[in-house]
Amino acid sequence: MDTENMQKAMPTLSFEERIEKDEKIEARDWMPEEYRRTLIRQISQHAHSEIVGMLPEGNWVTRAPSLKRKAILLAKIQDEAGHGLYLYAACETLGVSRDDLLRELHSGKAKYSSIFNYPALTWADMGAIGWLVDGAAIMNQIPLCRTSYGPYVRAMVRICKEESFHQRQGYEIMLTLSRGTEVQRNMAQDALNRWWWPSLMMFGPGDSDSVHSLQNLRWKIKRFSNDELRQRFVDMTVPQADLLGLKIPDPRLCWNPERNHYDFGPIDWDEFWNVVKGNGPCNRERLSDRVAAYENGAWVRDAAIAHAQKQRSKQVPAAS
Amino acid sequence: MSIGIERVEYVLHLADNALILGQRLGEWCGHGPVLEQDIAMTNIALDYIGRARMLYQYAAGICSPESTEDQLAFMRNEWEYRNLLLVERPNGDFAHTVARQFFLEAFQMDYFKALQHSGDATLSAIAEKSIKETAYHFKWASEWVIRLGDGTEISHHRMQEAVDALWPFTGELFCEAPCESWMRKSFDCPDPAAMRSGWSARLQSVFAAAGLEIPTGNWMQEGGKTGRHTEHMGYILAEMQYMQRAYPGMEW
Ligand SMILES: [Fe+2]
Ligand SMILES: [Fe+2]
Repeated sequence: MDTENMQKAMPTLSFEERIEKDEKIEARDWMPEEYRRTLIRQISQHAHSEIVGMLPEGNWVTRAPSLKRKAILLAKIQDEAGHGLYLYAACETLGVSRDDLLRELHSGKAKYSSIFNYPALTWADMGAIGWLVDGAAIMNQIPLCRTSYGPYVRAMVRICKEESFHQRQGYEIMLTLSRGTEVQRNMAQDALNRWWWPSLMMFGPGDSDSVHSLQNLRWKIKRFSNDELRQRFVDMTVPQADLLGLKIPDPRLCWNPERNHYDFGPIDWDEFWNVVKGNGPCNRERLSDRVAAYENGAWVRDAAIAHAQKQRSKQVPAAS
Repeated sequence: MSIGIERVEYVLHLADNALILGQRLGEWCGHGPVLEQDIAMTNIALDYIGRARMLYQYAAGICSPESTEDQLAFMRNEWEYRNLLLVERPNGDFAHTVARQFFLEAFQMDYFKALQHSGDATLSAIAEKSIKETAYHFKWASEWVIRLGDGTEISHHRMQEAVDALWPFTGELFCEAPCESWMRKSFDCPDPAAMRSGWSARLQSVFAAAGLEIPTGNWMQEGGKTGRHTEHMGYILAEMQYMQRAYPGMEW
């Protein structure tokens, strides 16, 4: 049997080889069913996170403190909607429709990033979310620009560029607050206190407890472990907090010269799993907001389809 | 009477229209009927907030050296806002949002073209930018009026209902406020009444394609241009001004 036939007979081998050689897998290529399922799960979770993530920030559009901030915030949320679109489109290349994915979100079956189940209470939260949440998202996402699935890679490259803008804009809000009045500094500190630990949880459970990690690393769907990325995030963020003159709410946080990393205190995984299970402060609101938007929009989508069909049927006799 | 007062009032009228409509559209953010339309409405909102900023900056420059765009946008009292009643109408269902947008854009299509030729160079430049935006907004709104009017029985009914509900707020578009007539005489700014024929023609062609009836009522609500607003205005301001009122004099 020559090599070509062998590859046809044993497609997994060729797939694994291609992964090994860092070749991109494209939509038309053969892939193991489990690889496809994993990608759909991961990309759709990411897409859902983008659109649920619009809610805590959308909550502040009408109350933004200046016209400039209002415009920046609107543009940021619009970017997130765009990210949702690219990612749903990437999922569609794997054979699932956006409607199917939304149904899974709305039924509570599909997950989205738990961070968005925390409330955005003050204007400083718009700073903390950009700085920490978009910052953690970038940490997670930059390696995905080199993931093995082509359509996902292309979506991620565009997304990462915009996320780094968001992070800078968020940090800039924090900087303005920290250089402002006492009440503004308190507002900034309070936001950091509330968003710090949930941001660390964004990297997912520790490596010893993560169910999907190993296979995903092998398939290059993931490229670094949760704990590695979390450590990077802490190392990057601590000096930024220092520059703001804000205190990270972790008494055990300190530089470890032997490890050449910051040590930090234990994460409350009980809280994490509870929020994942639906018991976070805003899980119900976020989901019911998304469901309401979808249901209230059904007649609009139906109308658009009906109109398009009428237009097509008008064109058919004219063309014949 | 100082030369600036009418001009400031005129600029504020245009700025307030842009701000309040941008504010209303911003309320949709994250709640649109479909992701693409969420993005489209945010786009339009961004155009309006951008336009409001240019106009407030201009007004602030004429008002006084200490005045800023944010002070004008956030720190005035309800009766000092000069926006049309139409733009403060609630979003309602998507059909109301579309109808509100359509009525205004159909008016602005000719208005900004005329304003471009005014003797006020800043307004002329802002008008030039607004012409392009308005063409896109008008296209968006007309397409949705047609889709919803023509689409299903439900959407047709809702679209007609929205048109009927907003109709009484369209008359104000064409009433010339004192500051407008002063700016027309002094700087060749447009007479809003002169926009009626173009506006009606647009309505006729779009409503015909949509299968909608043009309402016939001619009792119109007005007052926004002179600072007498609807009950909705107080709530809009309470939300929009919250930060500036709660923490006055701070940088954000
Ligand atoms: Fe995003
Ligand atoms: Fe972002």
